[in-house]
Amino acid sequence: MKIAVCVSHVPDTAAKINIGADGKTIDPNGVTYVVNPYDEFAIEEALKTKEAAGGEVIAISLGGEANKETIRKALAMGVDSAVLLKDDNYRDSLSVAKALAEEIKAQNAELVFFGKQSVDFDNSVVGQMTAELLNYNCVSVVVSFKLEGNKITAEREIEGGKEVVETSLPAIITAQKGLNEPRYASLKGIMAAKKKTIEEKPAAAAENKVEVLGLKKPAAKQAGKIIGSDATAVPELVRLLKEEAKVI
Amino acid sequence: MGNKILVFIEQRDGHIKKSSFEAAKTASEMAAKTGAEVEALLFGSSVEGMEKLGGYGVKKVFFYKNAELDLYSTKTYTELTSKQITDSGAGIVLFANTAMGKDLAPRVAARTDSALGMDVVAYVYDGNDLSVTRPVFAGKALMDLKLTGAVKILTLRPNVFAAGAASADNAEVAVIETASVDSSVKVAEVKKSDEKLDVAEADIIVSGGRGVKGPEHFHLVEELAALLGAATGASRAVVDAGWRPHGEQVGQTGKTVSPTLYIALGISGAIQHLAGMRSSKYIVAINKDKDAPIFQVADYGITGDLFEVVPALIEEIKKVKAH
Ligand SMILES: Cc1cc2nc3c(=O)[nH]c(=O)nc-3n(C[C@H](O)[C@H](O)[C@H](O)COP(=O)(O)OP(=O)(O)OC[C@H]3O[C@@H](n4cnc5c(N)ncnc54)[C@H](O)[C@@H]3O)c2cc1C
Ligand SMILES: Nc1ncnc2c1ncn2[C@@H]1O[C@H](COP(=O)(O)O)[C@@H](O)[C@H]1O
Repeated sequence: MKIAVCVSHVPDTAAKINIGADGKTIDPNGVTYVVNPYDEFAIEEALKTKEAAGGEVIAISLGGEANKETIRKALAMGVDSAVLLKDDNYRDSLSVAKALAEEIKAQNAELVFFGKQSVDFDNSVVGQMTAELLNYNCVSVVVSFKLEGNKITAEREIEGGKEVVETSLPAIITAQKGLNEPRYASLKGIMAAKKKTIEEKPAAAAENKVEVLGLKKPAAKQAGKIIGSDATAVPELVRLLKEEAKVI
Repeated sequence: MGNKILVFIEQRDGHIKKSSFEAAKTASEMAAKTGAEVEALLFGSSVEGMEKLGGYGVKKVFFYKNAELDLYSTKTYTELTSKQITDSGAGIVLFANTAMGKDLAPRVAARTDSALGMDVVAYVYDGNDLSVTRPVFAGKALMDLKLTGAVKILTLRPNVFAAGAASADNAEVAVIETASVDSSVKVAEVKKSDEKLDVAEADIIVSGGRGVKGPEHFHLVEELAALLGAATGASRAVVDAGWRPHGEQVGQTGKTVSPTLYIALGISGAIQHLAGMRSSKYIVAINKDKDAPIFQVADYGITGDLFEVVPALIEEIKKVKAH
């Protein structure tokens, strides 16, 4: 079976975000980029599925030259091959999904793992959109996944519980934390990754319907009050919650 | 732009979600700019108080009725919502940014080839152009976006747009008996978690971190939460340690919350944790390290031992409540 995993290249979650000179993008100074954390769960699940059911895993990433770093990480974890869909420009989610869908179709991948969300723009949509464009079955925000033959049983997280979803291939799964423990790349894996090829091609063109007007920092929260350093401060805290915040 | 604004109304167990009333109210505020009509879309077999949506400005409710639609059906909900958009000529479609809204809205946007703005916290609409503001980089920045094209789809962050008080108006309800449900992706079962309230929906959250020292001490967190009618949350450190379930994790790789009150007990306030809760209206931190970053976002802080402060807090709240 051909399994694909879509990976995005994002600022480290610990990165300080400053606004760039154009007022629309972030200042890349001092920002390190990493594999999108949710995509690590997606990669792990793709590898586990391959180990159980056989087949091959291909990573697909859309973006600039820098995305190769993330692709290398996926290859080092054990992904077999990779495609970089090149585009240095801003794309909205639907136009990303359109290009990914085209590549997934070309690759004939029956099962595709996504992260539930890219931690840059936090949209949480590209997997569902791609499924819709391909007419694949889709389960999003998955914390448990089982494939038996053609049949899939997955659990997705919802408010106050989980939905147990039954579906079948071809399918797109978007990975939530809790799905698995992503493996570390071994030294052998890192060496092997250097020999694996990254196929490069231009990302299929698609029009943007969402235009970035600007990026700004949220208003800074004013410094709060330290009420005290032990239990004697409790009555004052409760008074503030009651009278100022009016929450009790 | 179409002369209709459509709002997707989410029901679980036959009850309309609070965030859907917020979406309905926002739709009617947008509609007021052009005199458009607000229509609502609802799926299930029996939902309480649909006509009450009229109190939030909805003119007509389209109720797609079938027992198989009681639980979420990603394909049929997408199919029927998209069809309704096309048939009504709606120019704007609103969802709440819930688990269901987050699955459905992008599918509908892809199906109808529309502009999509997720997790919106503010908008500017002049009757023609629509731009939205949404948090990005886990709330470390805000992005302003302009949506273009014939149909513009938004999901609204819960607890941000006020539903306000309902007027006495009733909406007209059109029941559409729905014969065919696509079950190729089927929710076989909903497993409810033991926690009564989910952090993503709670108005008050009491969260515990590594400072709580072990799962056996979380009864303190739970007791305080129960007293306040709050949900219990957790930092990733304690979720990863297996002390608390994944569903409770607040933060960049957990849930983003914006309750009225967030109480952090023994949580240091790592950047990834702050990302998920900094937009809470009031933040209380109890931490014995006065330099813990959580105090930079806390409205009220106590720099003490939680094992001493929290029991006192529980007693004091009981006292205040008894009055
Ligand atoms: C990619 C990535 C994603 C992440 N996502 C998240 C996320 O979504 N959510 C999240 O929470 N974290 C996340 N983290 C982890 C984050 O960086 C921190 O490690 C984590 O939040 C720390 O949890 P904590 O505050 O419970 O523990 P600690 O940082 O260990 O803090 C414990 C605190 O308790 C205090 N304390 C100890 N004893 C007492 C006492 N008796 N009374 C009062 N106070 C006491 C200490 O002073 C300390 O400040 C992520 C990290 C990475 C790398
Ligand atoms: N540029 C991209 N290239 C490859 N995959 C992507 C890209 N952007 C998003 N994805 C995938 O879609 C998921 C959800 O992203 P998003 O909808 O942007 O939050 C990510 O976790 C990735 O799996």
